[in-house]
Amino acid sequence: MSQFAGKLIGENGIRIDGRKIDELRPIKLSVGVLSNADGSAYIEQGKNKILAAVYGPREVHPRHLALPDRALLRCRYHMAPFSVEERKSPAPSRRELELSKVIREALEPTIFLEQYPRTSIDLFVEVLQAHGGTRCAGVTVASLALADAGVPMRDLVVACASGKVGGKIVLDLNDIEDKEGEADVPVAFMPNLNAITLLQMDGLLTIEEFEKALEIAIEGCRRIYALQKETLKAKYVAIKEEVEEE
Amino acid sequence: MSSIMVSRIRQRQIAQLIASGKRLDGRGLTDYREIKIEPGIIEKAEGSAMAYIGRTRVLAGVKIETGEPFSDRPNEGALTVNSEFVPLASPEFEAGPPGEESIELARVVDRGIRESKAIELEKLCVVPGKKVFVVFVDVYVLNHDGNLIDTAALASLAALLNTKMFNYEVQDDEVKILPGFTQLPVVNYPISLTFAEIDGKLILDPGLDEEEVMDARFTVTFEKSGKVCAMQKSGRGTFTKDQILEATKMGQQKAEEVRRMVI
Repeated sequence: MSQFAGKLIGENGIRIDGRKIDELRPIKLSVGVLSNADGSAYIEQGKNKILAAVYGPREVHPRHLALPDRALLRCRYHMAPFSVEERKSPAPSRRELELSKVIREALEPTIFLEQYPRTSIDLFVEVLQAHGGTRCAGVTVASLALADAGVPMRDLVVACASGKVGGKIVLDLNDIEDKEGEADVPVAFMPNLNAITLLQMDGLLTIEEFEKALEIAIEGCRRIYALQKETLKAKYVAIKEEVEEE
Repeated sequence: MSSIMVSRIRQRQIAQLIASGKRLDGRGLTDYREIKIEPGIIEKAEGSAMAYIGRTRVLAGVKIETGEPFSDRPNEGALTVNSEFVPLASPEFEAGPPGEESIELARVVDRGIRESKAIELEKLCVVPGKKVFVVFVDVYVLNHDGNLIDTAALASLAALLNTKMFNYEVQDDEVKILPGFTQLPVVNYPISLTFAEIDGKLILDPGLDEEEVMDARFTVTFEKSGKVCAMQKSGRGTFTKDQILEATKMGQQKAEEVRRMVI
């Protein structure tokens, strides 16, 4: 850890990938990218490349899992074997199982599951390339896929990590900052409802540092939220133009 | 799901009590149940401890074996935490591969020990890049009455503090066991605190009935100097920023109180 600590942030406050401490990586979002899915979305955040697809609400298989009072939300977060430096076995790891759970729980509060009893909504998050912060980018893109599928939601969920790198509280850690830095705080947030739906932390932070990290993560979420809304609007503007041309 | 109606009635009852600052078992909102720790009860394990929080009961056992280091940490021993929701602990538990609750629990306990650097892993290197000691912490849930994470973290820490390693010397890259034992180098003491949110109110150390009706859960782990070393939000509900900060600030003091009971 320590051999990098000096270099992770330069004298001028610039990070190894050229960003300022409160700067997000460049983000590209698109929706409706897979024709078979009821809803889909794609995100590039720095070198992260992640696809999300939603199937449902649909009949539950196996049927005994159906819930009488609401839809069953299932989520699979999965990394492609070629998404990381050293080939990752395609079998789901313990990390992937945990992330599937926290991503599901990050999205569950926003969906009106009670409107679709005895059905399932299946969410697939496939990481094609990973470069730090994939759970957060996964939440951001999954929420867009749900909106694209027309699943009724209370708000969009958006996620962003903050952390401590080279002694500074920084926004949106990349792979190297995540591995070599002092702490990582992934946060998912519903901006309209002011509600935190995912929060994890590892590393070492004083309470004051944590408070600051939480604040800038939420600020980062708000910025990505604006991009999410733009992306959804752009899709419908494009459709409108197509129809008018005809 | 046969208990939906029951839990709705119970939820109202529990929430009404909490709104007036009380709980079903008579505790205050931020009171812990009684904590009891019995170290060293499994002779075959290098370290072990039983932890009780109220009627919740978790046994942790530590085994140490040689293995290969992680490629990015060639000079350090390795730590592995596993948990088993033993079917005898609850009518809800089934035999079989670990479910997501069990995996989450093990990973949160692991994070607390790892991020606080509780074990001096550099001292567990045998041959750099080739052979190191691997510390296996196996968490065995024996009775489930709520707040498994905190109980498992306590049992694991107590078991590590109780762990004795065989003496050894290295001959031609092989470990030769010598007579006698030395204490596993444990230098930090992470303590987890779990809060449940019920109808917008936070309570510490939820019991099973409270967990059944809670909206969400939040675990924060403090290391010995009072820094936060791990966090995990869990469950279908949400928290506000202020709730998280309130729980974290309150937890710092509580963690110190709990720590004094373990060490």
